[in-house]
Amino acid sequence: MLGRVANGIFWMYRYLERAENTARLLEAGHRMTLTRGPDMANQEWISILTTLGLRKAYEAGHDEYTGVSVCDFVLRSKDNPESVLLMMERARTNGRICRSAITLEVWEALNEGWMTMCDLLARPVRSTNLNDALAVVRRASTLARGATEGSMLRNEAYNFARLGTFLERADSTVRILDVKYYLLLPSLSYVGTPLDSGQWDSVLRSLSAERAYQWLNSGEMSARSIAEFLIFDDRFPRSLVFCYSHMRDNLFQLAKLHGETGEAQEQMRAADIRLVDKSVEDIFQQGLHEFLQEFIAGNQTIASAVASDYRFTA
Amino acid sequence: MSASEPPKFDEMHASDGSVRDAYSGYQGWLSEQDESWMRSKSAEAEGFFRKTGITFNVYGEDDAEERLIPFDMVPRIITGGEWRRLSKGIEQRVRALNAFMHDLYHRQEIIRSGRLPERLFRNNAAWLPQMVGFTPPGGVYTHITGIDLVRTGPDDFLVLEDNARTPSGVSYMLENRETMMAMFPELFSKVKVRPVSDYPRRLAKSLAACAPANTQGNPTIAVLTPGIFNSAYYEHAFLADQMGAELVEGSDLRVVGGKVQMRTTVGFKPVDVLYRRVDDEYLDPLTFNSDSVLGVPGIMDVYRAGGITIANAPGTGVADDKAIYSFMPEIVEFYTGEKALLPNVDTWRCADPDSLKYVLDNLEELVVKEVHGSGGYGMLIGPTSSKKEIRDFRVKLENDPENYIAQPTLALSTCPIFTKKGLAPRHVDLRPFVLCSPDGVDITPGGLTRVALKKGSLVVNSSQGGGTKDSWVLDD
Repeated sequence: MLGRVANGIFWMYRYLERAENTARLLEAGHRMTLTRGPDMANQEWISILTTLGLRKAYEAGHDEYTGVSVCDFVLRSKDNPESVLLMMERARTNGRICRSAITLEVWEALNEGWMTMCDLLARPVRSTNLNDALAVVRRASTLARGATEGSMLRNEAYNFARLGTFLERADSTVRILDVKYYLLLPSLSYVGTPLDSGQWDSVLRSLSAERAYQWLNSGEMSARSIAEFLIFDDRFPRSLVFCYSHMRDNLFQLAKLHGETGEAQEQMRAADIRLVDKSVEDIFQQGLHEFLQEFIAGNQTIASAVASDYRFTA
Repeated sequence: MSASEPPKFDEMHASDGSVRDAYSGYQGWLSEQDESWMRSKSAEAEGFFRKTGITFNVYGEDDAEERLIPFDMVPRIITGGEWRRLSKGIEQRVRALNAFMHDLYHRQEIIRSGRLPERLFRNNAAWLPQMVGFTPPGGVYTHITGIDLVRTGPDDFLVLEDNARTPSGVSYMLENRETMMAMFPELFSKVKVRPVSDYPRRLAKSLAACAPANTQGNPTIAVLTPGIFNSAYYEHAFLADQMGAELVEGSDLRVVGGKVQMRTTVGFKPVDVLYRRVDDEYLDPLTFNSDSVLGVPGIMDVYRAGGITIANAPGTGVADDKAIYSFMPEIVEFYTGEKALLPNVDTWRCADPDSLKYVLDNLEELVVKEVHGSGGYGMLIGPTSSKKEIRDFRVKLENDPENYIAQPTLALSTCPIFTKKGLAPRHVDLRPFVLCSPDGVDITPGGLTRVALKKGSLVVNSSQGGGTKDSWVLDD
């Protein structure tokens, strides 16, 4: 397939995943405002804006952190160059670029999702339609992923789609962890200390992980076990290890298809080793923040190696 | 319109109100349908098109980058017998066009014989000196031709235009049928309609048959698009997808080792046949417009060395010219030795002083078109224009008569459309799509029917508010 088209697929799925993760983050924040006091809610919105890298942009035009105004800004504000609406639009533009490499089912899921969002977000977000708007984003992404799974050939196009999805997802998990790392306490001495239930709830909900975590770790609500779960549990689909294993598989498939490995596979292997060699204790020792920063850099190296190995641009 | 309006031909109803043979099966079905249910279907069709993304882009409109071409759900129906006669005429015309192109770029017998004035192509920007003495692979110039037909009576089909550059609209032909079958499946079990869905496969086959002689193995076909902002991008992507061909942009292509190659994820890979949806002048910045970023530097050298097939061949735009069009009956006769089976619409060439005088005297009754114009722009439709519009146009015409031709205002046939108040007749034309390769001429039964949605309007172009219909050829 064409390098330009591979680039289109890769980014289509990155933007879709990014839009979905952003919606999850907002849903978690929205829930906090409903269940916790105003101070906690304020904190939560600030932390969400920080995670998205939008705090400055938001504060340029707002001095309050109400759920509706933050959500409106994140979802659709014209002053926000990274709004979810724009992400969906970019996903769709990339979908048009790689239209002949994705199936009609995938394209329709993407296009319909985008159309519904445009309708819903044509007017300012209010508390009455916030849930609808967030649900639409998640549904569009889910439909496109399902159509991908059920209708696409297992060829290059599929591998680039999955690479984009999991690279973006790992990135998003890391960013959420990083902003909330003060909740997870960077020092070893706190490991094992019970957390305030509102704090861990916030971390887990941002990753839609609260139910899964409780299932697997009934009773234990420690920073150590939450961090271990989000980083190392290969059963949880947003954990770093889970994302890496899918990135690795797809890079391996590509190498098999092309009959050669390149820089991308090399970087993946190095990153893999960096991750699995560590225990959660090592990470807290090193400092969670430092670990996460290193992870983000590693992810970026893999992404650029993929782009250059597979000739995304001339 | 004037009182002397000639009787119109309606595709569905005879003048006594009875339903014509072509529509008897459809009418039988329609009379059993509930009217409000039909109305709900009309809205459903629009949703179907939006969802699939069958849109075209309108230049210079900020709010609505992507528009839908309105779809009307009453089919335009042609009987098997009518189609057989039509396809003979179309095939004759396309064969003549290809012979004409070859002659124009070689010995120019038609000019030596005095049948065609030399100035017609000497002044024609679409005529490319780079094509002189060169024969495209397989000898084919117009791999895909769209012949615009209008009807004025039971047996009167006329050619209005030959689209030999890069005719568009075939995706609508295909999607209109898909939409109809999705909305009214039982209708297709009652009325036997010849399928159109294998067009992309036939296109791929026809293009492959035109690959350069030295092609190894199965030819690699690519569709060249100007990009996602082009008005017909949807169609480019659709055809590439349906043919299993790569959809490329100029930046994906490069001349490497005497071949045009595309940048794939595993390196450069040669292209044998390029179905380009980019105009001649943007094709090769080294040969034509040096500012073009849509094309491939050096592709014309590869082409002339026999390393790639370009479809349609550069320089075929000469046949789109309306002054050349006016000579088509002579052209058909010159190359086929037969009378043209499909007549032209009468055409006055304003370059000719006598004709110009006639046209100027009768502007209120005529349609005047620019020789190189297309898309329904830059034309005057006398009967529906205001006095001022006619006065302004007269000035343009007098200043540059060579740039215009004129035709009588035809009583284009009408076909009913579905309106809120029931069926209402609107003017239609028909664009069949014709494939040409050394294996022969292949015409997909039917084509694209365009319909003027405004009552009384004769302009069917989508850029001017026209819509489309599914076009049926009955399997009878």
